[in-house]
Amino acid sequence: MIKLSFPFTEEKVRALKVGDEVLISGVVFTGRDAVHKYLHEGGKLPDGVSLRDGIIYHCGPVMMKQPDGSWKCTAAGPTTSIREEPYQWQIIRDFGVRGVIGKGGMGDRTLAACKEYGCVYLHAVGGAAQVLAECVNKVRNVYFAAEFGAPEAIWELEIADFPAVVTIDAHGNSLHRDIFASSQAALAERL
Amino acid sequence: MSQLQASLVELIRRTSAEIPDDVHQAILTSLENEKKGSLAASAIKIIDQNIALAKQKSQPICQDTGSILFYVDVPVGYDQITFAETAREAVKEATKKGFLRQNSVDSLTGKNDGTNVGPGAPAFHFHQHHSPDVNVRLVLKGGGCENVGAQYSLPIEKLQANRDHDGCRRVILDAILQAQGKGCGPGILGVCIGGDRATGYELSKTQFLRRLEDRNPNPELDGLEQDILKTANELGIGPMGFGGKTTLLGVKICAANRVPASFFVSVSYMCWAYRRQGVQLDAGSNIEKWLY
Repeated sequence: MIKLSFPFTEEKVRALKVGDEVLISGVVFTGRDAVHKYLHEGGKLPDGVSLRDGIIYHCGPVMMKQPDGSWKCTAAGPTTSIREEPYQWQIIRDFGVRGVIGKGGMGDRTLAACKEYGCVYLHAVGGAAQVLAECVNKVRNVYFAAEFGAPEAIWELEIADFPAVVTIDAHGNSLHRDIFASSQAALAERL
Repeated sequence: MSQLQASLVELIRRTSAEIPDDVHQAILTSLENEKKGSLAASAIKIIDQNIALAKQKSQPICQDTGSILFYVDVPVGYDQITFAETAREAVKEATKKGFLRQNSVDSLTGKNDGTNVGPGAPAFHFHQHHSPDVNVRLVLKGGGCENVGAQYSLPIEKLQANRDHDGCRRVILDAILQAQGKGCGPGILGVCIGGDRATGYELSKTQFLRRLEDRNPNPELDGLEQDILKTANELGIGPMGFGGKTTLLGVKICAANRVPASFFVSVSYMCWAYRRQGVQLDAGSNIEKWLY
């Protein structure tokens, strides 16, 4: 296990390679379909949100408002990342993102952007909403909740020892590409 | 709150927070098969911890609490309209309590009113039967696995899939290859051979009401189920697509008649977070027994 802590500098991220298991700690921002499309179309990040040397988490959590007005995160697993493939490369380039947490992997454009700008794809266990919610120590803020609805909003989370696997590194390697090729070959032998 | 509504809220809570025993057992068995220290074993361990934690905290196993699919067996003369109205209220209540995420979006305006109730949501499938029992089965199907479902119209030249047993086998295996880990594997396949575009998918999903360990009474379909399961687990896709021996936990296949011009094979994929429960209600709408 490799500890990966904020700030997520280019140097730390370039040191990671495909297959590394990491425990992530620090501030991360959620962002999924609505946020990616909005940024791709030239939308501005709200005041208080910076992705520079930061991590974007493909997640639509379950949040419960507490009597004191704060939020409690009660379920927070990753959502499928490939839907952001049309937008992700540009958001890595324009906002200085160093890490993308999600599930299911991403495609060639994201792979190329990770290599060029110094970013990694961190695969969390899909469906593990409770284990991952336990890693959220604090919900610091929420942005765009009214515009996009709770699952699609940007949530600012403080996480600690959040487990993930590097499946796309900053050196042009992708576990997803490799497994697709090997499974395709294995299937061809069995048809 | 009526007794029916209270029973349905409890059904939703348990479906969202507790994995059925047959699925949990299959996940534990898969851990034994994976190599110690592998990414696959590591993923399954997190899955197992997650199952325990969700049950203990009575919180959703997965934050995507999915499409809400009710399958209801009712006696002749049962008031389905009142049932559906009550179930919609139960869904609203379960959402307020956090058993369900605010998960239902107006497809035209993009608005999420936070209730989980709207056109087509939740979905109801009523079936009359000659029994006084009311059986309510519930499936919560997340979007990640729904998105990797696929419908094939045979023949497909590119896959060398003709209108025969081998053609069906080829397209089902293609669906597994294309899904990789994106549907949160290890997954479970529900397949319908035949039907039309709507009934094919609908029947493929009713396969998720079967227990994992059951066997298909039709020998041809049983053979195909075992063959697909074995072959899928030789492909090395593994849990989450990390590589490994467990790509699928189960395969369930049914067949429906088709018109001569059409030959559809409809494949639905269920994630490991296989949320399926059911209750039998007594005359007072109390939960008499759990069906899984």
